[in-house]
Amino acid sequence: MSEEISLMKGNEAIAHAAVRYGADGYFGYPITPQSEIIETLMELAPWKTTGMIVMQAESELAAINMVYGGAGCGKAVMTSSSSTGMSLKMEGISYIAAGELPCLLVNVMRGGPGLGTIQPSQSDYFQTVKGGGHGDYRLITLAPYSVQEMADFVALGFDLAFKYRTPSMILTDGVIGQMMEKVRLPEFKRRRSEEEIRKQCPWATLGRTPDRAPNFLTTLEMDSSLMEQRNIHLQAKYKEIQQNEVRYQEVLCDDADYLLVAFGSAARICLKTVDLARAEGLKVGLLRPITLWPFPSEILEKYASKVKGMLTVELNAGQMVEDVRLAVNGKMPVEHYGRLGGIVPTPDHVLEALKKLI
Amino acid sequence: MLQEIVISGFGGQGVLSMGKILAYSGIMEGKEVSWFPAYGPEQRGGTANVTVILSDKPISSPIVDLYDIVIVLNQPSLDKFESKVKPGGTLIYDDYGIRRKPARKDIHVFKIEAMDESMKMNNTKVFNMLVLGGLLKILPMIKLENVMKGLKKSLPKRHRKLLSMNEEAIVHGMEIISREG
Repeated sequence: MSEEISLMKGNEAIAHAAVRYGADGYFGYPITPQSEIIETLMELAPWKTTGMIVMQAESELAAINMVYGGAGCGKAVMTSSSSTGMSLKMEGISYIAAGELPCLLVNVMRGGPGLGTIQPSQSDYFQTVKGGGHGDYRLITLAPYSVQEMADFVALGFDLAFKYRTPSMILTDGVIGQMMEKVRLPEFKRRRSEEEIRKQCPWATLGRTPDRAPNFLTTLEMDSSLMEQRNIHLQAKYKEIQQNEVRYQEVLCDDADYLLVAFGSAARICLKTVDLARAEGLKVGLLRPITLWPFPSEILEKYASKVKGMLTVELNAGQMVEDVRLAVNGKMPVEHYGRLGGIVPTPDHVLEALKKLI
Repeated sequence: MLQEIVISGFGGQGVLSMGKILAYSGIMEGKEVSWFPAYGPEQRGGTANVTVILSDKPISSPIVDLYDIVIVLNQPSLDKFESKVKPGGTLIYDDYGIRRKPARKDIHVFKIEAMDESMKMNNTKVFNMLVLGGLLKILPMIKLENVMKGLKKSLPKRHRKLLSMNEEAIVHGMEIISREG
Protein backbone atom coordinates (compact mmCIF):
# COMPACT_ATOMS: atom_id res chain seq x y z
CA MET A 1 0.00 0.00 0.00
CA SER A 2 1.18 3.50 -0.71
CA GLU A 3 1.22 5.89 2.25
CA GLU A 4 -0.70 8.65 0.55
CA ILE A 5 -4.44 8.88 1.09
CA SER A 6 -6.44 9.96 -1.94
CA LEU A 7 -10.06 10.94 -2.32
CA MET A 8 -11.57 9.37 -5.40
CA LYS A 9 -14.54 7.59 -6.94
CA GLY A 10 -14.74 3.82 -6.92
CA ASN A 11 -14.51 3.85 -10.71
CA GLU A 12 -11.34 5.95 -10.59
CA ALA A 13 -9.84 3.63 -7.98
CA ILE A 14 -10.30 0.67 -10.35
CA ALA A 15 -8.43 2.50 -13.11
CA HIS A 16 -5.53 3.50 -10.86
CA ALA A 17 -5.31 0.00 -9.37
CA ALA A 18 -5.20 -1.60 -12.83
CA VAL A 19 -2.22 0.49 -13.90
CA ARG A 20 -0.48 -0.15 -10.57
CA TYR A 21 -1.11 -3.90 -10.81
CA GLY A 22 0.90 -3.97 -14.00
CA ALA A 23 -2.06 -4.81 -16.21
CA ASP A 24 -1.24 -5.17 -19.90
CA GLY A 25 -4.44 -3.93 -21.44
CA TYR A 26 -7.89 -2.44 -20.98
CA PHE A 27 -10.50 -2.67 -23.72
CA GLY A 28 -13.88 -1.07 -23.19
CA TYR A 29 -16.76 0.99 -24.42
CA PRO A 30 -18.12 3.87 -22.30
CA ILE A 31 -21.44 3.60 -20.48
CA THR A 32 -22.87 5.34 -17.40
CA PRO A 33 -22.29 4.81 -14.48
CA GLN A 34 -18.79 3.44 -15.11
CA SER A 35 -17.32 5.73 -17.78
CA GLU A 36 -14.83 7.17 -15.26
CA ILE A 37 -12.90 3.90 -15.54
CA ILE A 38 -11.90 4.44 -19.17
CA GLU A 39 -11.76 8.24 -18.71
CA THR A 40 -9.29 7.89 -15.83
CA LEU A 41 -7.21 5.35 -17.73
CA MET A 42 -7.04 7.72 -20.71
CA GLU A 43 -5.96 10.52 -18.37
CA LEU A 44 -3.32 8.36 -16.72
CA ALA A 45 -2.03 7.42 -20.21
CA PRO A 46 -0.19 4.32 -18.94
CA TRP A 47 1.03 3.46 -22.46
CA LYS A 48 3.57 6.23 -21.88
CA THR A 49 4.74 4.80 -18.56
CA THR A 50 4.07 1.12 -17.83
CA GLY A 51 3.29 0.20 -21.45
CA MET A 52 -0.31 -0.78 -20.63
CA ILE A 53 -2.66 -0.42 -23.60
CA VAL A 54 -5.96 1.41 -23.13
CA MET A 55 -8.37 1.14 -26.01
CA GLN A 56 -11.89 2.36 -26.61
CA ALA A 57 -13.25 -0.35 -28.85
CA GLU A 58 -15.96 0.25 -31.43
CA SER A 59 -18.46 -1.79 -29.39
CA GLU A 60 -18.82 -4.04 -26.36
CA LEU A 61 -18.54 -7.08 -28.64
CA ALA A 62 -15.22 -5.88 -29.99
CA ALA A 63 -13.97 -5.07 -26.49
CA ILE A 64 -14.66 -8.51 -25.01
CA ASN A 65 -13.11 -10.23 -28.01
CA MET A 66 -9.99 -8.08 -27.66
CA VAL A 67 -9.87 -9.31 -24.06
CA TYR A 68 -10.26 -12.89 -25.35
CA GLY A 69 -7.30 -12.40 -27.66
CA GLY A 70 -5.11 -10.70 -25.07
CA ALA A 71 -5.92 -13.34 -22.45
CA GLY A 72 -4.98 -16.07 -24.94
CA CYS A 73 -1.51 -14.52 -25.04
CA GLY A 74 -1.21 -14.73 -21.25
CA LYS A 75 -1.58 -10.97 -20.85
CA ALA A 76 -3.30 -9.39 -17.84
CA VAL A 77 -6.25 -7.83 -19.64
CA MET A 78 -9.56 -6.41 -18.53
CA THR A 79 -12.80 -4.80 -19.60
CA SER A 80 -15.57 -2.97 -17.80
CA SER A 81 -19.14 -2.04 -18.53
CA SER A 82 -22.55 -1.59 -16.96
CA SER A 83 -25.46 -4.04 -17.08
CA THR A 84 -26.83 -3.59 -20.61
CA GLY A 85 -23.28 -3.40 -21.99
CA MET A 86 -22.29 -6.46 -19.97
CA SER A 87 -25.17 -8.40 -21.57
CA LEU A 88 -23.51 -7.80 -24.94
CA LYS A 89 -20.27 -9.29 -23.62
CA MET A 90 -21.79 -12.54 -22.40
CA GLU A 91 -21.00 -14.63 -25.47
CA GLY A 92 -17.33 -13.66 -25.24
CA ILE A 93 -17.26 -14.36 -21.51
CA SER A 94 -18.56 -17.88 -22.08
CA TYR A 95 -15.77 -18.42 -24.65
CA ILE A 96 -13.12 -17.07 -22.27
CA ALA A 97 -14.35 -19.34 -19.46
CA ALA A 98 -14.45 -22.33 -21.85
CA GLY A 99 -10.97 -21.51 -23.12
CA GLU A 100 -9.74 -21.40 -19.50
CA LEU A 101 -8.29 -17.96 -19.92
CA PRO A 102 -7.67 -15.43 -17.16
CA CYS A 103 -9.08 -11.91 -17.33
CA LEU A 104 -10.75 -9.30 -15.16
CA LEU A 105 -14.31 -8.16 -15.83
CA VAL A 106 -15.98 -5.22 -14.08
CA ASN A 107 -19.74 -4.63 -14.06
CA VAL A 108 -20.86 -1.37 -12.42
CA MET A 109 -24.53 -2.28 -12.36
CA ARG A 110 -27.42 -0.01 -13.28
CA GLY A 111 -31.14 -0.71 -13.26
CA GLY A 112 -32.63 -3.00 -15.88
CA PRO A 113 -34.07 -4.87 -17.63
CA GLY A 114 -33.57 -3.47 -21.10
CA LEU A 115 -31.86 -0.12 -21.45
CA GLY A 116 -33.29 0.52 -17.97
CA THR A 117 -31.90 3.43 -16.02
CA ILE A 118 -28.47 4.83 -15.21
CA GLN A 119 -29.21 4.67 -11.47
CA PRO A 120 -27.67 1.98 -9.21
CA SER A 121 -28.99 -1.56 -9.04
CA GLN A 122 -27.86 -5.07 -8.16
CA SER A 123 -30.12 -6.85 -10.60
CA ASP A 124 -27.33 -8.62 -12.51
CA TYR A 125 -26.67 -11.07 -9.68
CA PHE A 126 -28.36 -13.91 -11.57
CA GLN A 127 -26.58 -12.98 -14.79
CA THR A 128 -23.20 -13.06 -13.09
CA VAL A 129 -23.37 -16.05 -10.75
CA LYS A 130 -25.86 -18.26 -12.57
CA GLY A 131 -24.59 -18.07 -16.10
CA GLY A 132 -25.26 -15.07 -18.29
CA GLY A 133 -23.50 -16.65 -21.19
CA HIS A 134 -24.26 -20.17 -22.39
CA GLY A 135 -22.92 -23.42 -21.03
CA ASP A 136 -21.81 -24.80 -17.66
CA TYR A 137 -19.32 -22.17 -16.58
CA ARG A 138 -18.82 -20.07 -13.47
CA LEU A 139 -17.31 -16.66 -12.78
CA ILE A 140 -15.32 -15.88 -9.66
CA THR A 141 -17.38 -12.91 -8.46
CA LEU A 142 -16.07 -10.28 -6.05
CA ALA A 143 -18.46 -7.72 -4.54
CA PRO A 144 -16.62 -4.65 -3.17
CA TYR A 145 -18.47 -2.42 -0.71
CA SER A 146 -16.04 0.52 -0.48
CA VAL A 147 -13.74 2.53 -2.71
CA GLN A 148 -10.81 0.84 -0.95
CA GLU A 149 -12.13 -2.58 -1.96
CA MET A 150 -12.66 -1.38 -5.53
CA ALA A 151 -8.91 -0.72 -5.61
CA ASP A 152 -7.93 -3.89 -3.72
CA PHE A 153 -10.10 -6.29 -5.70
CA VAL A 154 -8.39 -5.45 -8.99
CA ALA A 155 -5.25 -7.27 -7.82
CA LEU A 156 -7.29 -10.00 -6.10
CA GLY A 157 -9.40 -10.52 -9.23
CA PHE A 158 -6.39 -10.76 -11.53
CA ASP A 159 -4.50 -13.04 -9.11
CA LEU A 160 -7.43 -15.45 -8.80
CA ALA A 161 -7.99 -15.38 -12.56
CA PHE A 162 -4.38 -16.41 -13.21
CA LYS A 163 -4.30 -18.92 -10.35
CA TYR A 164 -7.31 -20.81 -11.73
CA ARG A 165 -7.12 -19.82 -15.41
CA THR A 166 -10.65 -18.46 -15.35
CA PRO A 167 -12.28 -15.03 -15.67
CA SER A 168 -13.05 -13.05 -12.50
CA MET A 169 -15.72 -10.42 -12.17
CA ILE A 170 -15.87 -7.38 -9.93
CA LEU A 171 -19.64 -6.96 -9.51
CA THR A 172 -20.45 -3.52 -8.17
CA ASP A 173 -22.97 -0.76 -8.81
CA GLY A 174 -23.48 2.95 -9.38
CA VAL A 175 -23.31 3.75 -5.66
CA ILE A 176 -19.82 2.33 -5.13
CA GLY A 177 -18.65 3.40 -8.61
CA GLN A 178 -19.75 7.03 -8.22
CA MET A 179 -19.05 7.73 -4.57
CA MET A 180 -15.78 9.17 -3.33
CA GLU A 181 -14.02 7.92 -0.23
CA LYS A 182 -10.53 7.81 1.14
CA VAL A 183 -8.37 5.20 -0.51
CA ARG A 184 -4.80 3.98 -0.22
CA LEU A 185 -3.79 2.81 -3.66
CA PRO A 186 -1.60 -0.28 -4.03
CA GLU A 187 2.11 0.12 -4.79
CA PHE A 188 3.20 0.06 -8.43
CA LYS A 189 4.14 -3.34 -9.78
CA ARG A 190 6.16 -3.78 -12.92
CA ARG A 191 4.39 -5.39 -15.91
CA ARG A 192 5.60 -8.93 -16.48
CA SER A 193 8.20 -9.41 -19.19
CA GLU A 194 7.55 -11.73 -22.17
CA GLU A 195 9.87 -14.24 -20.49
CA GLU A 196 7.90 -14.13 -17.25
CA ILE A 197 4.62 -14.57 -19.14
CA ARG A 198 6.05 -17.61 -20.98
CA LYS A 199 6.98 -19.11 -17.62
CA GLN A 200 3.73 -18.28 -15.82
CA CYS A 201 1.48 -19.22 -18.75
CA PRO A 202 3.01 -22.19 -20.63
CA TRP A 203 -0.35 -22.57 -22.39
CA ALA A 204 -0.30 -19.06 -23.87
CA THR A 205 -0.32 -18.65 -27.64
CA LEU A 206 2.73 -16.45 -27.97
CA GLY A 207 3.86 -17.66 -31.35
CA ARG A 208 5.71 -20.80 -32.51
CA THR A 209 8.83 -21.45 -30.49
CA PRO A 210 11.79 -23.62 -31.50
CA ASP A 211 11.70 -25.71 -28.30
CA ARG A 212 8.07 -26.89 -28.29
CA ALA A 213 5.00 -27.56 -30.40
CA PRO A 214 2.68 -24.60 -30.90
CA ASN A 215 -0.02 -24.05 -28.28
CA PHE A 216 -3.58 -24.31 -29.51
CA LEU A 217 -6.58 -22.67 -27.83
CA THR A 218 -10.10 -23.57 -28.87
CA THR A 219 -13.51 -23.93 -27.28
CA LEU A 220 -14.86 -26.17 -30.04
CA GLU A 221 -14.94 -29.94 -29.59
CA MET A 222 -16.96 -31.93 -32.16
CA ASP A 223 -16.54 -35.22 -30.29
CA SER A 224 -19.05 -35.18 -27.43
CA SER A 225 -17.12 -37.61 -25.30
CA LEU A 226 -14.16 -35.24 -25.40
CA MET A 227 -16.44 -32.27 -24.76
CA GLU A 228 -17.80 -34.06 -21.72
CA GLN A 229 -14.22 -34.53 -20.47
CA ARG A 230 -13.59 -30.81 -20.90
CA ASN A 231 -16.72 -30.08 -18.86
CA ILE A 232 -15.72 -32.54 -16.14
CA HIS A 233 -12.34 -30.83 -15.94
CA LEU A 234 -13.99 -27.40 -15.64
CA GLN A 235 -16.31 -28.64 -12.91
CA ALA A 236 -13.39 -30.09 -10.93
CA LYS A 237 -11.69 -26.69 -11.12
CA TYR A 238 -14.86 -24.92 -9.97
CA LYS A 239 -15.10 -27.31 -7.03
CA GLU A 240 -11.55 -26.43 -6.02
CA ILE A 241 -12.44 -22.72 -6.19
CA GLN A 242 -15.50 -23.34 -4.02
CA GLN A 243 -13.32 -25.08 -1.45
CA ASN A 244 -10.59 -22.44 -1.35
CA GLU A 245 -11.90 -19.03 -2.24
CA VAL A 246 -15.06 -18.27 -0.26
CA ARG A 247 -14.84 -14.83 1.35
CA TYR A 248 -17.30 -13.06 3.63
CA GLN A 249 -17.49 -10.56 6.49
CA GLU A 250 -19.42 -10.96 9.76
CA VAL A 251 -20.57 -7.83 11.62
CA LEU A 252 -21.99 -8.36 15.11
CA CYS A 253 -23.23 -11.83 14.16
CA ASP A 254 -22.12 -13.58 17.37
CA ASP A 255 -25.07 -12.70 19.58
CA ALA A 256 -27.51 -11.84 16.78
CA ASP A 257 -31.14 -12.98 16.81
CA TYR A 258 -31.62 -11.78 13.25
CA LEU A 259 -29.18 -11.50 10.36
CA LEU A 260 -29.20 -9.10 7.48
CA VAL A 261 -27.51 -10.63 4.43
CA ALA A 262 -26.35 -8.12 1.84
CA PHE A 263 -23.47 -7.40 -0.54
CA GLY A 264 -21.89 -4.28 -2.03
CA SER A 265 -23.79 -1.01 -1.62
CA ALA A 266 -26.73 -2.74 0.10
CA ALA A 267 -24.30 -4.01 2.75
CA ARG A 268 -23.13 -0.44 3.42
CA ILE A 269 -26.74 0.64 3.95
CA CYS A 270 -27.30 -2.40 6.21
CA LEU A 271 -24.25 -1.49 8.34
CA LYS A 272 -26.15 1.58 9.45
CA THR A 273 -29.36 -0.39 9.91
CA VAL A 274 -27.47 -2.69 12.31
CA ASP A 275 -26.49 0.39 14.36
CA LEU A 276 -30.06 1.72 14.34
CA ALA A 277 -31.48 -1.66 15.34
CA ARG A 278 -28.93 -2.19 18.12
CA ALA A 279 -29.76 1.30 19.47
CA GLU A 280 -33.35 0.07 19.83
CA GLY A 281 -32.18 -3.07 21.62
CA LEU A 282 -32.67 -5.42 18.67
CA LYS A 283 -29.88 -7.95 18.31
CA VAL A 284 -29.16 -7.69 14.61
CA GLY A 285 -26.02 -8.64 12.70
CA LEU A 286 -24.87 -8.41 9.11
CA LEU A 287 -23.37 -11.19 7.06
CA ARG A 288 -21.76 -9.80 3.92
CA PRO A 289 -20.80 -12.18 1.12
CA ILE A 290 -17.61 -10.80 -0.45
CA THR A 291 -17.45 -13.58 -3.04
CA LEU A 292 -20.89 -14.05 -4.60
CA TRP A 293 -19.51 -17.08 -6.38
CA PRO A 294 -18.25 -19.12 -4.67
CA PHE A 295 -21.10 -18.32 -2.28
CA PRO A 296 -20.57 -18.46 1.50
CA SER A 297 -23.20 -21.16 2.02
CA GLU A 298 -21.46 -22.93 4.88
CA ILE A 299 -21.36 -19.96 7.24
CA LEU A 300 -25.01 -19.20 6.47
CA GLU A 301 -25.90 -22.79 7.24
CA LYS A 302 -24.05 -22.45 10.55
CA TYR A 303 -26.09 -19.37 11.50
CA ALA A 304 -29.33 -21.02 10.38
CA SER A 305 -29.45 -23.00 13.61
CA LYS A 306 -28.53 -19.96 15.74
CA VAL A 307 -30.72 -17.08 14.54
CA LYS A 308 -34.50 -16.64 14.34
CA GLY A 309 -34.56 -15.26 10.83
CA MET A 310 -32.63 -13.68 7.99
CA LEU A 311 -33.46 -10.76 5.73
CA THR A 312 -31.59 -10.38 2.46
CA VAL A 313 -31.37 -6.79 1.30
CA GLU A 314 -30.67 -6.30 -2.39
CA LEU A 315 -31.19 -3.60 -4.98
CA ASN A 316 -33.27 -6.06 -6.98
CA ALA A 317 -36.47 -8.12 -6.82
CA GLY A 318 -34.87 -11.01 -4.92
CA GLN A 319 -31.93 -12.80 -6.51
CA MET A 320 -29.27 -13.63 -3.88
CA VAL A 321 -32.14 -14.59 -1.56
CA GLU A 322 -32.43 -17.83 -3.55
CA ASP A 323 -28.85 -18.80 -2.65
CA VAL A 324 -29.39 -17.86 1.00
CA ARG A 325 -32.51 -20.04 1.09
CA LEU A 326 -30.61 -22.93 -0.49
CA ALA A 327 -27.90 -22.54 2.13
CA VAL A 328 -30.22 -22.56 5.17
CA ASN A 329 -32.44 -25.20 3.58
CA GLY A 330 -35.67 -24.27 5.31
CA LYS A 331 -34.26 -24.25 8.86
CA MET A 332 -35.67 -20.78 9.45
CA PRO A 333 -37.46 -18.05 7.51
CA VAL A 334 -35.49 -16.04 4.95
CA GLU A 335 -37.22 -12.92 3.64
CA HIS A 336 -36.19 -10.43 1.00
CA TYR A 337 -36.31 -6.65 0.93
CA GLY A 338 -35.35 -4.72 -2.17
CA ARG A 339 -36.01 -1.65 -4.25
CA LEU A 340 -36.11 -1.77 -8.01
CA GLY A 341 -35.22 0.16 -11.12
CA GLY A 342 -32.50 2.37 -9.66
CA ILE A 343 -34.14 3.31 -6.33
CA VAL A 344 -31.70 2.95 -3.45
CA PRO A 345 -33.29 2.18 -0.07
CA THR A 346 -32.18 4.06 3.05
CA PRO A 347 -31.11 2.48 6.37
CA ASP A 348 -34.55 3.36 7.86
CA HIS A 349 -36.37 1.56 5.04
CA VAL A 350 -34.35 -1.56 5.78
CA LEU A 351 -35.09 -1.26 9.51
CA GLU A 352 -38.84 -1.09 8.79
CA ALA A 353 -38.61 -4.21 6.62
CA LEU A 354 -36.62 -5.96 9.34
CA LYS A 355 -39.25 -5.15 11.98
CA LYS A 356 -41.91 -6.81 9.82
CA LEU A 357 -39.85 -9.99 9.94
CA ILE A 358 -39.44 -9.74 13.74
CA MET B 1 -18.38 13.75 15.53
CA LEU B 2 -20.71 12.76 12.72
CA GLN B 3 -22.06 15.32 10.25
CA GLU B 4 -24.38 14.18 7.49
CA ILE B 5 -24.69 16.98 4.97
CA VAL B 6 -26.52 17.48 1.68
CA ILE B 7 -25.82 20.32 -0.74
CA SER B 8 -28.40 20.88 -3.46
CA GLY B 9 -28.83 23.43 -6.20
CA PHE B 10 -28.82 23.99 -9.93
CA GLY B 11 -26.35 22.06 -12.05
CA GLY B 12 -23.43 24.36 -12.86
CA GLN B 13 -23.58 26.18 -9.50
CA GLY B 14 -20.61 24.23 -8.20
CA VAL B 15 -22.57 22.02 -5.83
CA LEU B 16 -20.50 18.89 -6.49
CA SER B 17 -17.17 20.70 -6.31
CA MET B 18 -18.15 22.43 -3.07
CA GLY B 19 -18.89 18.97 -1.67
CA LYS B 20 -15.56 17.73 -2.91
CA ILE B 21 -13.68 20.59 -1.23
CA LEU B 22 -15.58 19.89 1.99
CA ALA B 23 -14.65 16.20 1.78
CA TYR B 24 -10.99 16.97 1.07
CA SER B 25 -10.96 19.43 3.98
CA GLY B 26 -12.32 16.63 6.18
CA ILE B 27 -9.43 14.40 5.15
CA MET B 28 -6.96 17.17 6.02
CA GLU B 29 -8.63 17.35 9.44
CA GLY B 30 -8.12 13.59 9.85
CA LYS B 31 -11.80 12.66 9.43
CA GLU B 32 -13.44 9.80 7.61
CA VAL B 33 -15.36 11.13 4.61
CA SER B 34 -17.80 10.05 1.94
CA TRP B 35 -19.12 11.98 -1.06
CA PHE B 36 -22.07 10.62 -3.02
CA PRO B 37 -23.56 12.59 -5.91
CA ALA B 38 -26.95 12.35 -7.49
CA TYR B 39 -25.50 11.39 -10.87
CA GLY B 40 -28.72 11.34 -12.88
CA PRO B 41 -29.43 13.44 -15.95
CA GLU B 42 -28.29 16.49 -13.96
CA GLN B 43 -26.80 19.21 -16.08
CA ARG B 44 -26.44 22.96 -16.24
CA GLY B 45 -29.86 24.40 -15.35
CA GLY B 46 -31.20 21.14 -13.90
CA THR B 47 -30.87 20.20 -10.24
CA ALA B 48 -27.83 18.55 -8.70
CA ASN B 49 -27.10 17.38 -5.19
CA VAL B 50 -24.37 15.67 -3.24
CA THR B 51 -24.30 13.97 0.16
CA VAL B 52 -21.12 14.55 2.16
CA ILE B 53 -20.51 12.73 5.43
CA LEU B 54 -17.72 13.69 7.84
CA SER B 55 -17.07 11.45 10.80
CA ASP B 56 -14.55 10.48 13.45
CA LYS B 57 -15.46 6.82 12.92
CA PRO B 58 -15.64 4.73 9.73
CA ILE B 59 -18.74 5.68 7.75
CA SER B 60 -21.39 3.01 7.37
CA SER B 61 -23.98 4.09 4.82
CA PRO B 62 -23.16 6.82 2.29
CA ILE B 63 -26.92 7.14 1.85
CA VAL B 64 -28.95 8.52 4.73
CA ASP B 65 -32.58 9.31 5.56
CA LEU B 66 -32.16 12.66 7.32
CA TYR B 67 -29.35 15.21 7.43
CA ASP B 68 -27.70 17.26 10.17
CA ILE B 69 -27.10 20.04 7.67
CA VAL B 70 -29.07 20.82 4.51
CA ILE B 71 -27.75 23.49 2.15
CA VAL B 72 -30.25 24.47 -0.55
CA LEU B 73 -29.51 26.89 -3.32
CA ASN B 74 -32.79 26.98 -5.25
CA GLN B 75 -36.54 26.48 -4.80
CA PRO B 76 -36.76 22.85 -6.03
CA SER B 77 -33.96 21.92 -3.60
CA LEU B 78 -35.70 23.65 -0.69
CA ASP B 79 -38.95 21.86 -1.56
CA LYS B 80 -37.16 18.52 -1.72
CA PHE B 81 -34.90 18.74 1.32
CA GLU B 82 -36.59 20.93 3.97
CA SER B 83 -38.36 17.86 5.37
CA LYS B 84 -35.07 15.93 5.43
CA VAL B 85 -33.40 18.07 8.13
CA LYS B 86 -33.08 16.20 11.44
CA PRO B 87 -35.07 17.91 14.22
CA GLY B 88 -32.64 20.37 15.80
CA GLY B 89 -30.56 20.31 12.61
CA THR B 90 -29.53 23.17 10.36
CA LEU B 91 -30.89 24.52 7.08
CA ILE B 92 -28.87 27.04 5.08
CA TYR B 93 -30.49 28.62 2.05
CA ASP B 94 -29.78 31.26 -0.54
CA ASP B 95 -32.98 33.24 -1.11
CA TYR B 96 -32.14 34.19 -4.69
CA GLY B 97 -35.24 33.13 -6.65
CA ILE B 98 -36.93 31.68 -3.55
CA ARG B 99 -40.71 32.16 -3.59
CA ARG B 100 -41.59 30.05 -0.53
CA LYS B 101 -39.37 30.45 2.52
CA PRO B 102 -38.47 27.64 4.92
CA ALA B 103 -41.38 26.97 7.28
CA ARG B 104 -40.05 24.52 9.89
CA LYS B 105 -39.73 25.77 13.45
CA ASP B 106 -37.83 22.81 14.92
CA ILE B 107 -34.58 23.49 13.04
CA HIS B 108 -31.98 26.26 12.83
CA VAL B 109 -32.42 28.30 9.65
CA PHE B 110 -29.69 30.49 8.17
CA LYS B 111 -29.80 32.66 5.06
CA ILE B 112 -26.85 33.49 2.86
CA GLU B 113 -27.26 35.85 -0.07
CA ALA B 114 -24.35 34.37 -1.91
CA MET B 115 -25.81 34.71 -5.41
CA ASP B 116 -26.51 38.45 -4.98
CA GLU B 117 -23.10 38.93 -3.39
CA SER B 118 -21.25 37.09 -6.15
CA MET B 119 -23.04 39.18 -8.77
CA LYS B 120 -22.10 42.33 -6.85
CA MET B 121 -18.51 41.07 -6.88
CA ASN B 122 -18.93 40.53 -10.63
CA ASN B 123 -17.66 36.99 -10.12
CA THR B 124 -20.40 34.32 -9.97
CA LYS B 125 -17.73 31.61 -10.10
CA VAL B 126 -16.99 32.09 -6.39
CA PHE B 127 -20.66 31.64 -5.47
CA ASN B 128 -20.10 28.15 -4.05
CA MET B 129 -17.09 29.27 -2.00
CA LEU B 130 -19.17 32.02 -0.40
CA VAL B 131 -21.67 29.35 0.63
CA LEU B 132 -18.89 27.12 1.95
CA GLY B 133 -17.60 30.05 4.01
CA GLY B 134 -21.06 30.57 5.46
CA LEU B 135 -21.30 26.92 6.42
CA LEU B 136 -17.92 27.00 8.16
CA LYS B 137 -18.87 30.16 10.06
CA ILE B 138 -21.89 28.59 11.74
CA LEU B 139 -20.42 25.08 12.06
CA PRO B 140 -16.69 25.38 12.54
CA MET B 141 -16.21 21.62 12.27
CA ILE B 142 -13.05 22.00 10.22
CA LYS B 143 -10.19 24.42 10.85
CA LEU B 144 -9.90 27.09 8.18
CA GLU B 145 -6.29 26.12 7.47
CA ASN B 146 -7.43 22.58 6.65
CA VAL B 147 -10.16 23.92 4.37
CA MET B 148 -7.51 25.88 2.50
CA LYS B 149 -5.39 22.73 2.22
CA GLY B 150 -8.46 20.81 0.99
CA LEU B 151 -9.18 23.54 -1.54
CA LYS B 152 -5.66 23.30 -2.89
CA LYS B 153 -5.89 19.50 -3.12
CA SER B 154 -9.18 19.53 -4.99
CA LEU B 155 -8.33 22.25 -7.51
CA PRO B 156 -6.74 20.88 -10.68
CA LYS B 157 -3.14 22.13 -11.05
CA ARG B 158 -4.09 24.36 -13.97
CA HIS B 159 -6.46 26.29 -11.67
CA ARG B 160 -3.99 26.87 -8.83
CA LYS B 161 -3.78 30.56 -9.72
CA LEU B 162 -7.41 30.87 -8.62
CA LEU B 163 -6.55 29.71 -5.10
CA SER B 164 -6.34 33.10 -3.41
CA MET B 165 -9.58 34.30 -5.03
CA ASN B 166 -11.38 31.25 -3.65
CA GLU B 167 -9.80 31.67 -0.22
CA GLU B 168 -10.98 35.27 -0.06
CA ALA B 169 -14.48 34.18 -1.06
CA ILE B 170 -14.59 31.62 1.76
CA VAL B 171 -13.60 34.28 4.29
CA HIS B 172 -16.13 36.73 2.83
CA GLY B 173 -18.84 34.06 2.95
CA MET B 174 -18.35 33.90 6.71
CA GLU B 175 -19.36 37.57 6.94
CA ILE B 176 -22.58 37.41 4.95
CA ILE B 177 -24.47 34.54 6.60
CA SER B 178 -27.29 35.48 8.97
CA ARG B 179 -29.59 33.63 11.32
CA GLU B 180 -33.31 33.57 10.55
CA GLY B 181 -34.79 31.21 13.10
